[in-house]
Amino acid sequence: MTDELLRTEGLTRHFRLGGLLGRHTLHAVDDVNLAIGRREIVALVGESGSGKSTIARLLAMVYKPTAGEIYFENRPLSSLSSRSDQLEYRGNVPMVFQDPYSSINPAYRVSHGLIRGMKLHRPDLDHQRRTEEAERVLNAVGLVPADVVLAKFPYEMSGGQRQRVGFAQALAYRPKLILADEPVSMLDVSIRIGLLNVMSDLREREGVSILYITHDIASARYVADRVVVMYAGYVVEQGPTEEVLQRPQHPYTQLLLSAVPDPKAPVAVSGSSDASEPPKVIDPGEGCRFRPRCPYAVDECAIATPRLRPMRSGHLAACHVAVPEVSFTTPLAPTTPAGEPAAPPPPAGAEAAW
Amino acid sequence: MAFPGVALQPAPPETQAAEQTPSRRRGQRGGNLWRAIRHNRKATAGAILLLFFVVLAILPGQVAPYSYTSTAFKPALQPSAAHWLGTTALGQDIFSQLVYGTRESLIIALAVGGLSTVIAVIIGVSAAYLRGVTDGVLSLITDVLLVIPTFPLIILIAAYVRSAGLVTIIIVLGLLGWSYGARQLRSQVLSLRDRDFLESARVRGERRSYIIIFEILPTMTSLIVASFLGAALYAVLAAAGLQFVGLGDPNAQSWGTMLYWAENSEALGAGMPLWAIMPGVCVALLGAAFALLNYAFDEISNPALRPVRKAMRAGRGGLDPGTVLEGSDAEPSRHRERRDR
Amino acid sequence: MSVPLRDAGGAGANGPVVDDEILEVRQLSVAYATDAGLVMAVDKVDLDLRRGEFLGVVGESGCGKSTLLFGIAQLLSPPARIVGGSVKFRGNEIAGLSDKELRPIRWREYSVVMQSAMNALNPVKTVAAQMRDVCKAHSNMSDREITERSQEVLRLVSIDPIHLNSYPHQLSGGMRQRAMIAMALLFTPDLVIMDEPTSALDVVAQRSLMVQIKELQQRFGFAVIFVTHDMSLISNFSDRLAVMYAGQIAELGKTRQLFESPLHPYTQGLLEAFPSIRGPRTHLLGIPGQPPDLAKPPPGCRFAPRCPQVMPKCLTIAPPMYEVQDDLVRCLLHDGSQTGSPVALNIPAPAHAGRLREDFPASSPAGPPDPISR
Repeated sequence: MTDELLRTEGLTRHFRLGGLLGRHTLHAVDDVNLAIGRREIVALVGESGSGKSTIARLLAMVYKPTAGEIYFENRPLSSLSSRSDQLEYRGNVPMVFQDPYSSINPAYRVSHGLIRGMKLHRPDLDHQRRTEEAERVLNAVGLVPADVVLAKFPYEMSGGQRQRVGFAQALAYRPKLILADEPVSMLDVSIRIGLLNVMSDLREREGVSILYITHDIASARYVADRVVVMYAGYVVEQGPTEEVLQRPQHPYTQLLLSAVPDPKAPVAVSGSSDASEPPKVIDPGEGCRFRPRCPYAVDECAIATPRLRPMRSGHLAACHVAVPEVSFTTPLAPTTPAGEPAAPPPPAGAEAAW
Repeated sequence: MAFPGVALQPAPPETQAAEQTPSRRRGQRGGNLWRAIRHNRKATAGAILLLFFVVLAILPGQVAPYSYTSTAFKPALQPSAAHWLGTTALGQDIFSQLVYGTRESLIIALAVGGLSTVIAVIIGVSAAYLRGVTDGVLSLITDVLLVIPTFPLIILIAAYVRSAGLVTIIIVLGLLGWSYGARQLRSQVLSLRDRDFLESARVRGERRSYIIIFEILPTMTSLIVASFLGAALYAVLAAAGLQFVGLGDPNAQSWGTMLYWAENSEALGAGMPLWAIMPGVCVALLGAAFALLNYAFDEISNPALRPVRKAMRAGRGGLDPGTVLEGSDAEPSRHRERRDR
Repeated sequence: MSVPLRDAGGAGANGPVVDDEILEVRQLSVAYATDAGLVMAVDKVDLDLRRGEFLGVVGESGCGKSTLLFGIAQLLSPPARIVGGSVKFRGNEIAGLSDKELRPIRWREYSVVMQSAMNALNPVKTVAAQMRDVCKAHSNMSDREITERSQEVLRLVSIDPIHLNSYPHQLSGGMRQRAMIAMALLFTPDLVIMDEPTSALDVVAQRSLMVQIKELQQRFGFAVIFVTHDMSLISNFSDRLAVMYAGQIAELGKTRQLFESPLHPYTQGLLEAFPSIRGPRTHLLGIPGQPPDLAKPPPGCRFAPRCPQVMPKCLTIAPPMYEVQDDLVRCLLHDGSQTGSPVALNIPAPAHAGRLREDFPASSPAGPPDPISR
């Protein structure tokens, strides 16, 4: 059982629409219970509007929760009142942003951001040590030679290099958990792997946990130990990566997996394709938010919002129709042989419609 | 209409700047500025003109043959070898007066420019960054000042102060001339406000004041300098106007005062046209210097305005010599659309 | 003059019968004029397209694929222009024609779908108004015919015709893209050119749109040139695939063949860079380094600095296209002087690639082998 680093309980964030007197509420995040352990990469997977970016900002203390609490090393964030407490948290939980072309201040060299971050979060270091540390973190993310890179301006670097600088900046604080908000989605495909490998490497060598937020479930499979799938502000499924991806229990996860292109499968140009309209997150009311798109929906789905229930060991899903395993003593099945996609089990009483 | 969306262009290919040696790119701001001035003919002209006036202001004694005030000569002389522009009704050498008058005009321009810009930065940036009620109030003040016709207002205020010395003029002009710059700066900050590097600074735990001064302002230097040049231009013209109308100190040594006295003596009709015309020409030239320099700053902040050299490298491509293309400098190309949060 | 919907008829999973050449591109070169000189974004590209064929053009940012597309569609404007080569549409040269000369064929014979509908659609006009603009610009249809036709094309892309009176911002992202496609089909052209129409969409919407495009293509028999950076996305849909690198086509061949046995090291590298959700979890390499500066492309093969199979001659000889088993490859590995069959896929991890490192030019280009921990 990994040591728990960060935990959220009932985390909720709503936005009021229409200005001060607006009457509509946008439910960006609803009742999320998340846990991240030490030396662990957790992938938060969802599409736009799922709430994953809002969670990142809640964890980074950009927004305050509307309800619920975040615990870092068992201390609630709401108890961090003094500036030094907050700074300490920010040093432990930094964030890496999505857009490499706007996440570094173009007016300064690379060294500025690194040194500044250290002045804030590691004031014990003197100038000499700071420079050494800056070079060390640049080496750790694979930007060499470090002294040349320190003197460069952002416009002299490519997108992939800038994202590495972003990770280096986070690393300079000696963090425990890095929040990576879609760090590779704006990069070219062949560059992404390099960054994903850097993330994996950081977990191994620096012992840092990473919350990897993405819409690309294949990259989540590549780096993450655990996967949390979000839809319309809820967590709909979570569990160990292979378990969730090979045996998805929630219809949305199944849909997501079926939409990932597989070069080896022949194209199924069938008549029915998902209407894929965005979910209703404004004043949504009770009931499952995936219901309009769900082929398995039953009456219950319109009445009660499904809660996360254990399906198998460590694997939870929020669906009225999914059936949990009777016993949890069955060890996880090994991954299926190459080239053969694992068929998701159809929930009881329904027929697969994808 | 051909296609919907014809205006879209694919981004030009990314040119690798990483190979350039450090000495060539000494610093983004300094390097760009120098290059922009050198390459842009208008800006070069403006720089030379300004330099010329600065020299006159610093070393008037070297250039002018006589002093401003000496009335030792015959009045109303025509231009001659001894008096290049003739003399005034009181027997002062016009050319010397112009040279000595440069100093005051330049001081006003720079001081007012500086004061206006400082106020514009404080108000514009605060309004945009702090938003909410603060923004509402500051914007209201800015807009009111923008709408009120400034020159009559200046005259009113100056009239209260009676004869306005140098310092008074500077303060009055400075306090009224910041509104345009404030508006521009506010717009720019609004567009920057949600850039990731600012959010990154917030998440890092920086204080608001640090973010404004050290993260936002450095990215807006070209706009701030452009604002300064605009304010300087306005100051030159407004100060001359004030002095011409008689609200300045009549004993001051400046172009505006020359205009005042020329008007008083009905110089145009009395056979001393240069006395009336030349100070005005100087005002216009100094103003033009600032305006021309502004072009260089437009280019820095908006690369799309940079003219592209005629591409005539030997052996590459088939463009006709003499083709001048409107250019945009290569920006790093990025295909990926930002996913909505 | 109404334009009836042409149904290819009898189109099934095998697609319509393809025979005629519809597009012939020869030695097309497009250059941008920049401060640094002429930059050849597209360098002597050859391409053929048959009626009803679905051609994918893949590559990363800066490879020139969008520029190629614009060059073919005659949509370039300064500082970019065609500086060489020809583009023949149905046997007629269209490169260099003026707008007026192009008008009869634009939209009627070929149309274009842009990358971001939100940028390409006029935000202050309804969908109906924009369709009307297009119809009026390219035909003499009456208002009633235009309305009927507009409703027809919207239904084709599964949009309720009621949305004709919507503004673009009132539609969801997926619907906007489909509306763009509908507009492109107003005259059922023979060729539809698409520039990354799915890149702003989520993965589920992407798949949905691709399926829709393929359906329409098979039904009406038009040819498609589809530009994307996502190779796996197009893998199920294209007949042939062209892989571009640094302004040139690196490999061109049948999609299936390219995926199963890619010949060019860049294609191999690209295929290696996609993590998959099926099959075993393996460690991937990606392709270290960056594309070359097109203002000063390297002599010899442009991919040589990053190529794990580079040979000394690759640095000096610029490879032409070689034909290998129906596939076209721009690689000296296939110049016929190699004995045996094309290089197999399972190459060992390259020592100098240093995939975790991003080496800057200040250090020596082929640095010492990096001991890799994994």
